Amino acid sequence: MLEVRDLAAQRGYSVLFSGLSFRVDAGEALVIIGANGTGKTTLLRMLAGLSPPTDGQIFWNGKQVHPFDAELRGALAFAGHSPSLKDELTADENLRLLVALSGAPVADEAIDLALDAVALGKKRHLPARVLSQGQRRRIGLARLRLLQRRLWILDEPVTALDAAGMALLAGLVAEHLNGGGLAVAATHAPLGLPEARVRTLSLA
Amino acid sequence: MTAGDAAARLDDADDNAGAIWPAIRWGLARDLRIALRSRAELGVQLLFYVIVVTLFPLATTPERTLLATMGPGVLWVAALLASLLSLPRLFAGDYADGTLEQIALSPHPLAALVSGKILAHWLTTGLPVAVLAPLLGIQYSMSGDALVILTIALLLGTPILSLLGAIGAALTLGLRAGGSLLALLVLPLYIPILIFGAGSVDMWRSGLDVSGNLSLLGAGLLLAIVGAPFAAAAAVRIAMD
Repeated sequence: MLEVRDLAAQRGYSVLFSGLSFRVDAGEALVIIGANGTGKTTLLRMLAGLSPPTDGQIFWNGKQVHPFDAELRGALAFAGHSPSLKDELTADENLRLLVALSGAPVADEAIDLALDAVALGKKRHLPARVLSQGQRRRIGLARLRLLQRRLWILDEPVTALDAAGMALLAGLVAEHLNGGGLAVAATHAPLGLPEARVRTLSLA
Repeated sequence: MTAGDAAARLDDADDNAGAIWPAIRWGLARDLRIALRSRAELGVQLLFYVIVVTLFPLATTPERTLLATMGPGVLWVAALLASLLSLPRLFAGDYADGTLEQIALSPHPLAALVSGKILAHWLTTGLPVAVLAPLLGIQYSMSGDALVILTIALLLGTPILSLLGAIGAALTLGLRAGGSLLALLVLPLYIPILIFGAGSVDMWRSGLDVSGNLSLLGAGLLLAIVGAPFAAAAAVRIAMD
């Protein structure tokens, strides 16, 4: 369970948001909407523990967490603005490295299956720099599937994805929520999730 | 250990996650693999070192005793510059493509991941610089013993350059004038290593015992190994904000 109390963010002299409180329970998704520059990414980075909140507290499973909290790092899958790929390495190598970085033991077959599932099976030995933006995003989807983390924090996950990619993403998130996972996503386009599980937070 | 071995060993890194060695291995194997894919960049840095060292005899004097006096100093300064030139590669690329975020959020200890990256940096820059030094020293008509001492000093000193440089490289992440600021920040820190490193050959030439200088370099290396990865890891976290 992720809980936020009186969260505030300031960039320079401008206050992005303040007094923000919400709770995300197991099996729930929180979708954050708002115009450009309203602090969606800032909020996600605070929740992920990458930047300290200007004010307020964040709780994970009832315990207050500070930036880079060890327990939260072990429970979190963060997908930021950029797909976090090395251009020099192949799709397969990138995925392996990202999964190994999370400390989860993953079999070779699981990596192959995950790449097949996002329709990159035939491109696995191509360097990431020749893949399209959408294909790079798909490696990120394969990573989410493999990581087995309770909390997903996704920044603009639908960017550059085609219709099939968006359906893949919706399926992945729905499966994650069914398994008792939590998701927080900032997005401009609807994710296509069952409405009962989704709450929307609007930053204005 | 070759890069292939290192990469192959990555797979066993999963067995005891959270421990220190798998994290060091992850950083080492990954950065070595990336370095091997961008060999041209590595070659350019080494060529820069070779050319700088070669320019001095051309620009100054063909006189043998003078050259033999200058040689160690020139080689050390060129090693410093080569290290400085390659420092942005350590974190800036990972920062730009977002992989540094994933590294910072990994459950592995960040200082260990950073240590692996620093080790890879040294293997691809400091080690070749030290290995090439005896070859380049011949241009300065340095004697065989002087070349041996120079190489030992470089082998002890270049890892310190990578370790201290990593702190500077992490501190200047995301800054607009990062490159030049990095030089201003790191070069003063390199001065003691330069003094003891280049000084050891001078001491040998004056017939003094060099073990003191080399021991100090060794002590500095141990200190840097213990401290620098933690400082660099802290700087990486600051850069995430």
